[in-house]
Amino acid sequence: MHDLVAITALGGTDPRVDTVGGVTCSEVPGVALASVAARMGQKDKTAASLAKLIDAPAPEIGRWAGTTISAYWAGPDQWMVEAPFDTHEELADQVQTATGNSASVTEQTDGWTRFDLNGDSIPAVLELLCQLDLRKMDPGSAARCSIHHIGCFVLCRAPDSFSIYGPRSSAGSLHHAIVTAMRSAL
Amino acid sequence: MTQTNRLNGGQIDRNTSFSFKFDGRSYSAHPGDTLASALLANDVRLIGRSFKYHRPRGLLTAGSEEPNGMVELRTGALKEPNTRATTIEMFDGLEAKSQNRWPSLKFDALAVNDMFSNFLSAGFYYKTFMWPAAFWEKLYEPMIRRAAGLGSLSQEADPDEYDKGFRHCDLLIIGAGPAGLMAALTAGRAGADVILADEDFTLGGRLNSEAFALGDQSAQDWVAQAVAELSSLPNVRLMPRTTVIGAFDHGVYGAVERTGDHLATLPAGKPRQILWRIYTDKALLCAGATERPIAFENNDRPGIMMASALRTYANRFAATASQRVAIFTNNDDGHRTAADLHAKGVTITAVVDVREDAPTCYDYEVLKGAQVIDTKGRHGLTFVEVALTDGSTRTLECGALGVSGGWNPNVHMTCHQRGRPVWNDALAAFVPGENLPVGLSVAGAANGVMSTHGALQSGAESAANALELTGVLPDLPEAEDAPVSQTPFWYVEGCKRAWVDQQNDVTVKDVKLSYQEGFRSVEHLKRYTTLGMATDQGKTSNITGLAIMAEVTGKSIPEVGTTIFRPPYTPVPIGTFAGRMKGQEFHPTRLTPSHYWAKERGAVFVEVGNWLRAQWFPLPGETHWRQSVDREVRQTRASVGVCDCTTLGKIDVQGTDAAEFLNRIYANGFAKLAVGKTRYGLMLREDGMVMDDGTAARLAEDHFVVTTTTANAVSVYRHMEFARQCLYPDMDVQLISTTEAWAQYAVAGPNSRKLLQKIVDPEFDLSNDAFPFMACGNVTVCGGLRARLFRISFSGELAYEIAVPSRYGDALMQRLMAEGEEFDVTPYGTEALGVMRVEKGHAAGSELNGTTTALNLGLGKMVSKKKDSIGSVLSEREALVEPDVLRLVGIKPLQPEDKVTAGGHLMNPDGPIDAAHDQGYVTSAVYSPILNSNIGLGLVKNGAERLGEKMRLVSPLTDLTVEVELVSAHFVDPEGERLRA
Repeated sequence: MHDLVAITALGGTDPRVDTVGGVTCSEVPGVALASVAARMGQKDKTAASLAKLIDAPAPEIGRWAGTTISAYWAGPDQWMVEAPFDTHEELADQVQTATGNSASVTEQTDGWTRFDLNGDSIPAVLELLCQLDLRKMDPGSAARCSIHHIGCFVLCRAPDSFSIYGPRSSAGSLHHAIVTAMRSAL
Repeated sequence: MTQTNRLNGGQIDRNTSFSFKFDGRSYSAHPGDTLASALLANDVRLIGRSFKYHRPRGLLTAGSEEPNGMVELRTGALKEPNTRATTIEMFDGLEAKSQNRWPSLKFDALAVNDMFSNFLSAGFYYKTFMWPAAFWEKLYEPMIRRAAGLGSLSQEADPDEYDKGFRHCDLLIIGAGPAGLMAALTAGRAGADVILADEDFTLGGRLNSEAFALGDQSAQDWVAQAVAELSSLPNVRLMPRTTVIGAFDHGVYGAVERTGDHLATLPAGKPRQILWRIYTDKALLCAGATERPIAFENNDRPGIMMASALRTYANRFAATASQRVAIFTNNDDGHRTAADLHAKGVTITAVVDVREDAPTCYDYEVLKGAQVIDTKGRHGLTFVEVALTDGSTRTLECGALGVSGGWNPNVHMTCHQRGRPVWNDALAAFVPGENLPVGLSVAGAANGVMSTHGALQSGAESAANALELTGVLPDLPEAEDAPVSQTPFWYVEGCKRAWVDQQNDVTVKDVKLSYQEGFRSVEHLKRYTTLGMATDQGKTSNITGLAIMAEVTGKSIPEVGTTIFRPPYTPVPIGTFAGRMKGQEFHPTRLTPSHYWAKERGAVFVEVGNWLRAQWFPLPGETHWRQSVDREVRQTRASVGVCDCTTLGKIDVQGTDAAEFLNRIYANGFAKLAVGKTRYGLMLREDGMVMDDGTAARLAEDHFVVTTTTANAVSVYRHMEFARQCLYPDMDVQLISTTEAWAQYAVAGPNSRKLLQKIVDPEFDLSNDAFPFMACGNVTVCGGLRARLFRISFSGELAYEIAVPSRYGDALMQRLMAEGEEFDVTPYGTEALGVMRVEKGHAAGSELNGTTTALNLGLGKMVSKKKDSIGSVLSEREALVEPDVLRLVGIKPLQPEDKVTAGGHLMNPDGPIDAAHDQGYVTSAVYSPILNSNIGLGLVKNGAERLGEKMRLVSPLTDLTVEVELVSAHFVDPEGERLRA
């Protein structure tokens, strides 16, 4: 076991939590990510392997699905797989094993930072941040969009629970945008 | 001060009083007032001075079309010039000042301009200040700018917060007058997602200004009931204080919501305004109409206003400009104003109607077939002179004159995508044409439907049509439905100084002058006279200008045409466009994994794209950046240094065709690169110029990691993705960026291996035999953490790059520093990195400047002719391979202390210094602490064959001439022995 201590994307040892007007924004470092892209002609095989891994059909365009290990659609024949970091730090290896030669798998864990929003008035915050049609965002939705000129993914877990994935290096700017929008809207 | 001109009724809250200041004097007002209505209620008619002649001016309108009543609102950094008093919602403690006057509003020294008006006609500055030419910029222009102008800026940063946001709906309704409200009720009841936006703080539009009834209710009660119902519908969003400013492509509308302008102070974190981008398939313009004036002699005195504005002030705000009012009209609507004011107890001196067949009234006098020919009153209207139909004149005593020349539909938004309005003879006005923005329809007065009943009906029908609703339309309340026809009457014949555009001081005479001088196109008229420019964009003046131009050119008004209507509909503060993107948050920032560590250590950062990179790491006692950089270079070359190179783009390339794909992307060969090896790669653009360079490491048969330069990370990824999808769709290749997934550090210097041997777990052999130059592979570090190791060198030293998951980057840097202490390790920044790469002769961004080929850079042999690759063919174009093309060389001054200047040009030792004799230029220049000399890299004609030649390095702009020698670009370790050690 190595002895290097991780820091969060915002530079802390503990995740940052901000609450404004009943909505909480939490930094979530405890997630492992791996991208899966089907190799040429292997779409069905990859989708089947992925379904087995996440215990749900491979998500369609604009959706996410799964249980402990879940996945969201990231592009044509391409998904991002997410799982708890503590138990799945080697997620990419696990996904590669599951998909075999049918897919290209790349570790993405620290390519991204995740902020979870929880509370009742999340649409009021999100409508200041991204151009998504929030009327169409129901539990199971996952959409790519730009927030504060940063390419992000927005996932609706439940009406009062959303996840935002953005590039790790821009965590500070993304966090600033989210919290500013919370103060503005709530 | 008592509100002497306050009337009964109105939509103001008399139970609450506000105090406000205008030009330092205190007044009282009520919630529901605007600054304009409060000033009138307090008997203040003089609001400001005109743009050019500094003539006293008051309010003309009661809405956003106001050309005159502009003030500086608030104080200090919050000061906002050119704010229309008619749109400023009153709050307690409001402070405003008049503008464009000195020393005071009543005694303005520059009012002398008015006496010289003959010399200051339209375009005077084009003619008067021609000579001497040198005086223009230094004297004339500053003088004119000082004399003419509107408000003054605070010269401080705007302290307010602004925001932006995005909304979606099925139907956007622009304007909440009778048409808009009825449309919203129709669509809302049908269950559609509706946004109803209105620029006013009270919804209702013109209904707030009228005394008539809707059904058995007052118009205001009907509005309140409609708004209450709409508020109760979850599918309807009401957006008062929101101006839709433009119709843009693909169903996108811009809207500015003034969330904080009506508050004395903004709550912490709350925005003053929000710029909304509203996405909708369907939009309905219910923007109403704007009353147009009639031009006559001295028609700009404070107290002369639009008749409909007087009615609005009386009915909605319970205020009047004077207790004695006259009306000048060419249509029945002027009479409605007279009747309403009379009912409120205001004395109507007379109604002057140009029509011989004007309606009769028994409550006050109506002068039929009469015209106002002049007015009096220095700081406010006192008398009006009227020419009667029998040729005699009569003087009327009054403090206000309501003018009505008919109504113009507000067609602006219908023209934002190059649509043109069409002329309607019955209304003598432009109405929306057929070529509307996709998805937009128009209802109510904006569409030329001028009666209240017509507006209600067209609102309901248009909403139903837009949403393709079937079924019965909602019941409409009974409302006035008087037929409207407008006979044009633009200006009174014989007038000399009759104002067409009060905001820009343009008179009837100026428009005629424009014609005389050949500026006859409507667009030329606008530029020559400035008619229709500035904050009001000619909402009350354009049509009169067009009518006069039509008359003098002998054309019809539609033949003259209109100028182009452009967004925004009303002025928008620049801060609103910026939103949250200001100051340090102007663009997103990217931080490296070692950023927090470097910051603690006092690193100086530099912006590279969005990245912040450590530029150098000053130590105590180092007072100049060169001291830090020289030390970092010496320490690295003497022992070992560490540099965060995470910012280099990393692209994961996988697939069975990955190697062949890279073979096409890179100019040099990659198909045969062995697993576990890295190769330097040169990427060309389609036109044969160098696009980027970097390395590709083969981690498996079907897996490469490509690195790019920091600056080109995105463009290279885009280029590769384009090639994958469009050029080589049959290849099995998958790409994904992993730039920030890995914290990657360069460990360079003769002791780099020894340092890494303390970090990398012992089962991995780092000896030169086991892990030679250009090797790569997966390793573990610090007891089992997965990592990637590459033996590559940018500095020319024995060097590695080590990568770990980014979250451990901070800890790894600390570990490298701790373990490296025995080797006197140093972190180094981008400056030292740059010095070392110039010493080594590596091309970088300054050399890969988009105009260089591989041949220019001394890398011509890398372009393999054994295969096809992007740019390979076009790199052989004749002009690119001529013998004397630029070649990369090293540049060394004969005197080491002489500075080499990047951008300086190289000339032969003798001969002229000019472009024709140019031999090349310096691309990079540094001080080398190893060579104890300034050095540089440059591109010189046939440079490879000219090593040893002496040349002159010149920079005529900075008066520099330095004697230099052309040398090999490889100043340090030209044989590459160190990096293979």
